[in-house]
Amino acid sequence: MNIAIIMFFACALLSVAGAMLLILAREPIHSALALILVMMAVAVLYLLLGAPFIAAVQIIVYAGAIMVLFVFVIMLLNAGVEERTDFSRIAKFGGVPLGFLLLLEIAHSLYHSPVGKAIANGAGSSNDAADTAKLSEMLFRQYLFPFEATSILILIAILGALVLARKES
Amino acid sequence: MEFISQHPVLVAAVVKIAVLLFIVMTALAYLTWLERKVIAHIQSRWGPYNVGAHGLLQPLADGLKFLFKEDVMPPVADRLIYTLAPFLALSLGLTAIALIPFGPPIVQFPNGQPMFVVSDINLGLLFLFAITSIGVYGVALAGWSSNSKYALLGGLRSSAQMISYEVSLTISVVGVLLLAGSLDFNQLINGPNGQAGYWLHFIPKWNVFPQIVGFLCYLTAAIAETNRIPFDLPEAETELVAGFHTEYSAFKFAMFFMAEYANMITVSCLATILFLGGWLSPFPASWTWQNYLPSVSLLLLAAYCAWNTVSEMRGIARLQLGVVTLLAGGGGLICLYPPIAAGIQGPFWFTAKILAILFFYIWMRATLPRFRYDQLMSFGWKLLLPVSLANLVITAFVIVWPLLRHG
Amino acid sequence: MSAVPISWYLVLSAILFGLGVVAFVFKRNIITIFMSIELMLNAVNLAFVAFARARGDLDGLVFVFFVIVVAAAEAAVGLAIVIMLAQNRQSLNVERVSLLKL
Repeated sequence: MNIAIIMFFACALLSVAGAMLLILAREPIHSALALILVMMAVAVLYLLLGAPFIAAVQIIVYAGAIMVLFVFVIMLLNAGVEERTDFSRIAKFGGVPLGFLLLLEIAHSLYHSPVGKAIANGAGSSNDAADTAKLSEMLFRQYLFPFEATSILILIAILGALVLARKES
Repeated sequence: MEFISQHPVLVAAVVKIAVLLFIVMTALAYLTWLERKVIAHIQSRWGPYNVGAHGLLQPLADGLKFLFKEDVMPPVADRLIYTLAPFLALSLGLTAIALIPFGPPIVQFPNGQPMFVVSDINLGLLFLFAITSIGVYGVALAGWSSNSKYALLGGLRSSAQMISYEVSLTISVVGVLLLAGSLDFNQLINGPNGQAGYWLHFIPKWNVFPQIVGFLCYLTAAIAETNRIPFDLPEAETELVAGFHTEYSAFKFAMFFMAEYANMITVSCLATILFLGGWLSPFPASWTWQNYLPSVSLLLLAAYCAWNTVSEMRGIARLQLGVVTLLAGGGGLICLYPPIAAGIQGPFWFTAKILAILFFYIWMRATLPRFRYDQLMSFGWKLLLPVSLANLVITAFVIVWPLLRHG
Repeated sequence: MSAVPISWYLVLSAILFGLGVVAFVFKRNIITIFMSIELMLNAVNLAFVAFARARGDLDGLVFVFFVIVVAAAEAAVGLAIVIMLAQNRQSLNVERVSLLKL
């Protein structure tokens, strides 16, 4: 029972618990906090998979900026307790077991696929700085066009948000 | 005993965390004392003087007061988030200090672990920024969960200010990264493109000299990020009662207070590592008399306290000053022992530089009026961000120009 | 430090994606539906990183980088639309915005 397996199960449990809390929470702010928990657990999983740069980017951008945006909007709109509507009986008593069965089948096929047999080496087995340098070289050489295109995409998103949020004067 | 020899990393980490936690909590408490004394002396008054000798027991008295005050929770507050927010703020502030190297990694424990850094990772700077970017949640959630107008407005304004200045903070640091070529703290200080060495044999190669604009942008963004004067409108008493921590009392308020000072210390540590040469000494290594500087400064402090002990009138204050004299004198004599004198150089210079930056912070607080909120936001987005970006572009251009000229 | 098979990461990614779909279908608040989209994107990112580790190269990580950036842009514009919608209809319930007529 080495440390990698323990960390994997801990983070997997945290992320699934966070996703369940997202579904079961009554107020949107609690769902937002649950999603932040999921993102932190997934960031630790990235570390276990040997991608420290992506883990840091996930925390800085996703958990530290996008979720802050969500939390701001929830606070500004004063989103209170959600209304509950009753689902149909078929959805509850037929859908959930079928969905679970589907999940088991997907898990089974993934588990026995050829790529699934590969072993993930733990983090720290490779040189983090060299991997980050290689990643940045790929970003700026092979994937330069998508990189610049996404920067234009962000510019368009900023302009769109500004236009949408402007008051009618 | 076998456990200690089989798990060197774990045992060394536990020891370092215990010592560092103790030192940081004491430093937080006495930073409040230092702030009150410095502001008082700038304003021509004494500051805390009665509680201990020269007010040295004031932090202890404040801590006890916070512990024993009644913990009032507003009845309509969201209980879980109300309790979670101060813990989040304080724990993130303290976690960031685990990444900071206080001395060279050469100095090691007997089992080979570096003594002056808790966790030495290659991408240290990136993870430090990750921790500070999560720090926004402590403020925002505190404002929301208190369920009061002042708190919500203060929390929203405060967190909007923090995320705005975080962008400028990160960009002003990238100039240093371009010069050094690495995100590792040890490479930034001591590496091939680091800050060791001297220009003209007497000017140390610290990044503050080539990157002066970056340094000023960083300091301004850091003061705004930690919600200090002149950028502390969201929590000023005359404006919004107390901002996001209006509805907090007793120990939870103390946690927010400590979290603010912990953020100050973290940001100062980062400024010294990136711009002021970290744990490097400003004097060339050939001047071996500088090994005695820590012990000489401690002995001078002991002499000053001894003089005050003799001239002090009140008995109990005389006793306390006597204790401080003995501690400082003992520390000074211990630092005369050559292996300790050589090893303590790194932390000594690091602490001296951090104290200089914290003094600057406190000086700002005593001197400047505060910005209005719209002035604050337009300053952050319309002045500081373009200046940081210009610094980045010019630094990149200066680095690449020789390569362009030679084909 | 080894011995966690890649398939476990893929199964976890499938579970998270499934939970995201459940949240998307069954929740009534617009913002929560948005958050379930982000959960699905996170699950997909986890699968990408797991495959990058399995294949031994870094293309998966580059793709994750771009997915995060695009998610940021989408969240910004989407939340602006949500704010305008909430101000118009005074409600965050998706069942109330299903008709074009006010």
